[in-house]
Amino acid sequence: MFLPLVIFTSIEKPHFIAANLHLVNPICRSLTSGLHLMHSQLPTEPTMPTYKLSVNGKTYSVEAEEQMPLLWVIRDLIGLTGTKYGCGIAQCGACTVHLSGAPVRSCSFPVAAVGEQPVTTIEGLSDDNSHPVQRAWIAEQVPQCGYCQSGQIMSAVALLASNKNPDDQAINEAMNGNICRCGTYPRIRKAIKTAASYPH
Amino acid sequence: MKLQDISRRDFIRQAAWSGAALTLAAYMPANGKAVAEIVNPVTNGIASGTELMSWISIGPAGKVTLMCNRSEMGQGTFQALPQMLAEELEVSLDDVHIIFAPANPAKYGPQPQEGSFSVRGWAPQLLRTGASAREMLIEAAASEWKVPKSECYAENGEVIHRVSGRRAAYSALVEKAAKLEPPADVQLKKRADYKIIGKPVPRKDIPLKTNGSAIFGLDKKLPGMKYAVVERSKRFRETVKSFDDSETRKVPGVTHVFKVQRPVFSQFCEGVAVVADSLWAAMQGRKLLKVDWADFGSEHPSTASLEKQMRENLQKIAHQPKFDGEYAQCVQKLEASYETPYQSHSCMEPLNCIADVRPDSIEIWGPIQEANWIQADLSQRFNIPTEQVTVNMTFLGGGFGRKGFTDYPFEAAFISKEIQAPVQVVWTREDDMTAGPFRPGAFYTLKGGLDAKGHIHAFQAITATQWIGQEWSPKPPSAPDAPGYNSSDFEGLLHPYRKGIPHYSFGGAGTHSPIPVMWWRSVYASTNGFACESFIDEMAHLAGKDPLQFRRDHLPDTRYQALVDKMAELTNWSSRSSKQGWGVAFTECFTGICGHAVKVMRNAEGKVRIEKVIALMDCGWYVNPDTIRAQVEGSIVMALGAATTHATTFGDGKAVQQNFDSYPMPRITDIPPIEVHIMENDEKPGGVGEPGLPPFAPALANAIFDLTGQRVRRLPFSLDEISQ
Repeated sequence: MFLPLVIFTSIEKPHFIAANLHLVNPICRSLTSGLHLMHSQLPTEPTMPTYKLSVNGKTYSVEAEEQMPLLWVIRDLIGLTGTKYGCGIAQCGACTVHLSGAPVRSCSFPVAAVGEQPVTTIEGLSDDNSHPVQRAWIAEQVPQCGYCQSGQIMSAVALLASNKNPDDQAINEAMNGNICRCGTYPRIRKAIKTAASYPH
Repeated sequence: MKLQDISRRDFIRQAAWSGAALTLAAYMPANGKAVAEIVNPVTNGIASGTELMSWISIGPAGKVTLMCNRSEMGQGTFQALPQMLAEELEVSLDDVHIIFAPANPAKYGPQPQEGSFSVRGWAPQLLRTGASAREMLIEAAASEWKVPKSECYAENGEVIHRVSGRRAAYSALVEKAAKLEPPADVQLKKRADYKIIGKPVPRKDIPLKTNGSAIFGLDKKLPGMKYAVVERSKRFRETVKSFDDSETRKVPGVTHVFKVQRPVFSQFCEGVAVVADSLWAAMQGRKLLKVDWADFGSEHPSTASLEKQMRENLQKIAHQPKFDGEYAQCVQKLEASYETPYQSHSCMEPLNCIADVRPDSIEIWGPIQEANWIQADLSQRFNIPTEQVTVNMTFLGGGFGRKGFTDYPFEAAFISKEIQAPVQVVWTREDDMTAGPFRPGAFYTLKGGLDAKGHIHAFQAITATQWIGQEWSPKPPSAPDAPGYNSSDFEGLLHPYRKGIPHYSFGGAGTHSPIPVMWWRSVYASTNGFACESFIDEMAHLAGKDPLQFRRDHLPDTRYQALVDKMAELTNWSSRSSKQGWGVAFTECFTGICGHAVKVMRNAEGKVRIEKVIALMDCGWYVNPDTIRAQVEGSIVMALGAATTHATTFGDGKAVQQNFDSYPMPRITDIPPIEVHIMENDEKPGGVGEPGLPPFAPALANAIFDLTGQRVRRLPFSLDEISQ
């Protein structure tokens, strides 16, 4: 399997380089050895299926159980940690990503069901916070602890893609699946309206 | 950016500077020893340059690095601290870079994140540190130019000679300045001269939180790291009798299964760890694990048994002779009981921690509120010198008090030691929500008597709750007022009226149960405020007085009177409509005073709905008004949940609610418009992160009474169930 190399050479996120610079190689080794172990120690186990996933415009080949949630594939196999684990039962929305542009709760979405649909995560919006929703989130100073905000932003981006000028009811419907324990909801509502006001 | 560039800047050089900080604070030691490498990739930045003070380094391009000795869990330390430093150091805020300091109380001072302490606790220190550094830089320039120091001043990262116009950048002066003695005393700026403090400047951590690049505990990885999940007893403080891991070990990637412990106050709780090469494998292995638990041999508490105990305890200390005498003289009397539930912290980021235990060292990475405590605790329990225990902080996905506990780092260290490898222990949401420690439920009996003029003459609050302070001590105090009774249990109770009521008394009776309890945002004030401010409202109605005026009549202090007057103005109190229900409440805790006004109305279906919340915060001197607004907005949302949507209940010795399906959080649809206003005064800096929470529940209950005549005395309650 050459997948870890594929994964890590395709990572270009500045945060990954800056934040984990001295760890990139060790992580690579860790993942490689982890996968290697699974095969070498347990030769009788059936080989896990391989999935080709398009994530943020790049293609990744991952080997995972069919039922492994997309969340853990994104975080632990591909190495994009912006998508968060919050509840594991599609109640909180911290794990929200897009499949073909539609928001899904990746914690409860098996990797086998992704198929050909392109996946977009928070990292896929922009590195430099240039996406209108990211800009609005900064302009309105939305995040506090920030843990839920990747999911909030992904839900908001999907809303604005289908409704350029959402009213309060549309915002309620689109954002009701995302919990924020810090209580940033008033600013989320405001930021969605701010994003809608930016020239498209 | 080239990799080599980062590697080169991947450390802090400790300059040969000694003694400078000794005049600033006793815990800032002389240093100037060997070069120390402090790698901190968590905040996407690397400290660099020459260390001028324990907390500050200045790099070649004039960038200032501030070592953050606090946690950042959303409360805004990443902005407030740089704002304070930049103001006195005379640098642009854009040039201040903040990164987490590892646990090191000798160098960075105490690092607990609690008690709404970040600004109120650190303002004097940080302002003086900034001013001292500035003076040392000026002195370095003056001596270089051989001119009197009085002819020089600092501005925007430069020292300027007023007479000649000569300038020197801080970066060119810092090595010389670092060798100077800091001034014995420094002149701090007057508030009117502030250029940065008091302004709503944007937070430095926010751009990291909008593109997925902020590293929380769960996002941190170490080389060769394994993952662990732990099957812990669902019934509190049971022990592992035996376990069957035969199926678990068949899961590809699972490498170890063994019994673990974690300290919960004075006891150890047990569990079985499943360690694997990936988190997913560990979670799959855990599902196949069979554990036989040994009962701890005492009653299995339930919400019903806890409530029965609290009600009985209230009766035990119902009489206090001195109060009884004053109460007997009152013209009108009132007695009421209030009941509040246990609550879970439920931070959005479930608990997690990385530990790397070696024969002679421990390194911890995680979302941590109490770095020093964890360092000391691990040092003692693993018998490793404190200096060899490194505690690194990541961003925290919420804290609210829960991440100020030592159990989860200990458990990670226990597992790392056993497997002799670094490990990340991940708690599932269910683990996080059911293990506690919880906010204790609290029951109250309040008595109040009015004199002939309708003023409160005597007031008594009896509380029955689990005592957090007692968790550490096996022996409970024998009487409510005995030594050992934690007076913080009265935090937020009858503040700020204590000076305005001639006779008041408090009493407390501890609830005993194996359920671990701990501080939760605003701690006891979160329930005390509800009981007290609901009761003050009831007393106002008994006296036949306007609830806002009645409160003002019991507040002799002009600071509190100004708060009430401002609230009357903001709510247009005197001309409110009879179709609206308005309630107010004022509480004080952690030196912040906050008032809320809640407006409720009935919607077309006759259901009570919150139309608006107006909050007024008096935290004295402050740094960032937008952070204050954000904290109060968030406090209101958290209080709304605790008042109307969720509670932790117990059955057969276990927490019933395990995830957000049964512990429903407020969502965007539940949130009314919120206005936050800030009082302007020159009082000392007060707390912000917690004081905004307690007034909400009573203000809401008082508004419901105003609209419907129904008094809510038990939390949580459903707005839908307020009848027609």
